[in-house]
Amino acid sequence: MARVAAVRMLNAVTSKYANTNCRTLSMTSVAKAKEVAVRDALNAALDEELERDDRVFLMGEEVAVYDGAYKVSRGLWKKYGDKRIVDTPITEIGFTGIAVGAAMAGLRPICEFMTFNFAMQSIDHILNSAGKMFYMSAGRVNVPIVFRGPNGAAAGVAAQHSQCYGAWYAHCPGLKVLSPYSAEDARGLLKSAIRDPDPVVILENEMLYGVKYPLSDEALSKDFLIPIGKAKIERDGTHVTIVSHSKGVETSLLAAKELQAIGIEAEVINLRSLRPLDFEAISNSVKKTNHLITVEQGWPSHGVGAEICARVMESDTFFHLDQPAIRVTGADVPMAYAKALEDASLPSPADIVDVAKRILST
Amino acid sequence: MAFDKVLKNVINKCLKQPKLLRCLSTHFKHDIEDHVGSKIKWTSTLDFVSPDCFSPIPTYRVLDSRGNILNKFEEPAIENATLEKMYKDMILVNTMDKVLYESQRQGRISFYMTNYGEEATHMGSAAALDLNDLVYGQYREVGVLIWRGFTLSEIMNQCYGNCLDPGKGKQMPIHYGSKRLNFVTISSPLATQIPQAAGSAYALKNQNRVVMCYFGEGAASEGDAHAAFNFAATLDCPVIFFCRNNGYAISTPTEDQYRGDGIAVRGPGYGITTVRVDGNDVLAVYNATKAAREFCLERSKPVLIEALTYRVGHHSTSDDSTAYRSQKEVDERIQNDNPVKKLRLYLENKNLWNEEKEKEWLHLTKRNVLEAFNAAEKILLPKWTEMFTDVYGVIPHHLRKQMNEMEKHLENYRDHYPLEKYST
Ligand SMILES: Cc1ncc(C[n+]2csc(CCOP(=O)(O)OP(=O)(O)O)c2C)c(N)n1
Ligand SMILES: [Mg+2]
Repeated sequence: MARVAAVRMLNAVTSKYANTNCRTLSMTSVAKAKEVAVRDALNAALDEELERDDRVFLMGEEVAVYDGAYKVSRGLWKKYGDKRIVDTPITEIGFTGIAVGAAMAGLRPICEFMTFNFAMQSIDHILNSAGKMFYMSAGRVNVPIVFRGPNGAAAGVAAQHSQCYGAWYAHCPGLKVLSPYSAEDARGLLKSAIRDPDPVVILENEMLYGVKYPLSDEALSKDFLIPIGKAKIERDGTHVTIVSHSKGVETSLLAAKELQAIGIEAEVINLRSLRPLDFEAISNSVKKTNHLITVEQGWPSHGVGAEICARVMESDTFFHLDQPAIRVTGADVPMAYAKALEDASLPSPADIVDVAKRILST
Repeated sequence: MAFDKVLKNVINKCLKQPKLLRCLSTHFKHDIEDHVGSKIKWTSTLDFVSPDCFSPIPTYRVLDSRGNILNKFEEPAIENATLEKMYKDMILVNTMDKVLYESQRQGRISFYMTNYGEEATHMGSAAALDLNDLVYGQYREVGVLIWRGFTLSEIMNQCYGNCLDPGKGKQMPIHYGSKRLNFVTISSPLATQIPQAAGSAYALKNQNRVVMCYFGEGAASEGDAHAAFNFAATLDCPVIFFCRNNGYAISTPTEDQYRGDGIAVRGPGYGITTVRVDGNDVLAVYNATKAAREFCLERSKPVLIEALTYRVGHHSTSDDSTAYRSQKEVDERIQNDNPVKKLRLYLENKNLWNEEKEKEWLHLTKRNVLEAFNAAEKILLPKWTEMFTDVYGVIPHHLRKQMNEMEKHLENYRDHYPLEKYST
């Protein structure tokens, strides 16, 4: 008890998030939700979990002294020191392997990639080691590790820095794959992932780091966890189901607003988790709306939308569709640098509105 | 005693197998001296090799900080015009960096990286290469391209991604490439160029060309770097690995990047001939690169050059280096170990440069840079169809279909799009 209090005081003195932390301790409900940026939600979640469990540590390029390439770990090195917040040489394959080994030996590493594009260097450790070790050891060695960092298209950084790895990782048994959209998602999913006994990949979105979303008192609680494998209905609707994840949820919500103006009520499902996939939520919604659009920034072939459509085909949900399901995705080309080409490569609200109008008018 | 017994047993066994006895008997005559190809030196002293038992690999220099020649036998015979070009190109890079860095701050391009402080590594090495040699860069080597004849317009058009950009707006700013100048397009994921350079060198063996591969000391931590060194050595590839050790990888100082005597010491470990040079001494870099090139060609083997220099600017436009190093540190470097100043002093000592020429050249470069910059900004954007081209050699059916759809869409709604900004 005394230790907790002391740490709390330390928070108040050293943490930029002192306010956030104090709020989580108050049990009285506050009418108005607090607006928190995704970056700060992740930071507070890291802070709380580092404090809660001293096996947890953060490792990656520039995460300590520099506060993280995108400032997600701001202040944590000052607070927890070299042992818990570890800067690494530029060797993704090296520090991923080290983190996986540390997890197999009982620690709980959080492995930050500057972007998931650079995790390509580490893919063997993520899939072949972290993802399969529990199975290969017949349940004797688990790998409680979190791989996280920005995923998907940022702005003006072209082909090698702009792609969605959702489908890549979600393809692989042994991994859990999360794709947060809002501050609530970021906070609740990261905390769940850190406490999870299995390897979890968290695909954050750079463009959303600075965006603020309301956080309820419940979401601000230190033990706020979002169950892995459960989707969230972001908006109720009766005419068409739009399923998306990450930044695509924002695009879908904007489209839903435009659709509302012409009398179409779209239901927007935020997947939150790509693996396991909450197909039940999708199915229930389609049974109500009889129309389905999937939205993602990733490429169409063998993608998240493709998986959802296949599951619809294979289940009785299929009989509830009045029109073919449609995927709205990133264009099937590498990302160009020029802004005009970049914009044209990503799904926009107008693309979704077009598709919705098309399937609802025929 | 016990040993004798064992020996007896062995000999008895061998007597039953005469072949074995023969092996055993030669073994007693002399030790093996070679372990499947690598030499063995035996010792009866149990000695661990400590990293401290070697003194650092020395750093080769030709000039002192005042631009004086330290040993007249080391002064390279470079033509005056070439020396002058080295200096002029350094100033050109500085001027261009300033304009493009500022333009990013104003939101006109999305990204930029400056080259301040590393000018001598560019000019010294580029001048020692042949235009026919193939060059792989990391991203902070624009001086090498300029030396080889990349024009200001080519640079500005690439950074703007306009319709004259040979990369057609597909790659990020500063990811230059030029087939004409044998310069491979820059790739963002670190260190991928290093094994690729070894591979190209393997392919280009015995063609009187070498491959030059630049990389940072940070990138040298990637697995790719180690694989490249090993392959280049075992496959006898004529490649020069040129490490720009500028002290930092974004915020990570070298002391957190590696332990041991820098990058150079790795060379002998892989069986690669290696030299360390003062990267702020353009003549030292020139001599080292020239000798390395000759060695590569004569022996068809790799060489590693580690050039010690200093990254004066921020890492990139996404970085603020005041967060991890003091202004004092930077100022001291600019003051005391300045590659551009050093060359200028050398040129002045030789009566090849003076204040008047300096003023004139500064004025001219500023004008040229701004002209190219302003022109690039006005040039039309790449045609929108570029989005679909170059994914494959032949546009596949599904992309062509989408391209046609987009074309129809643009015809129907042309008033809604700023089509006048695009080339047709
Ligand atoms: C595989 C990979 N990991 C990380 C990065 C991000 N990154 C870009 S530049 C850089 C620092 C490289 O430092 P160094 O090689 O020393 O070159 P310098 O910038 O000093 O010229 C990092 C970490 C990247 N581009 N690719
Ligand atoms: Mg460096």
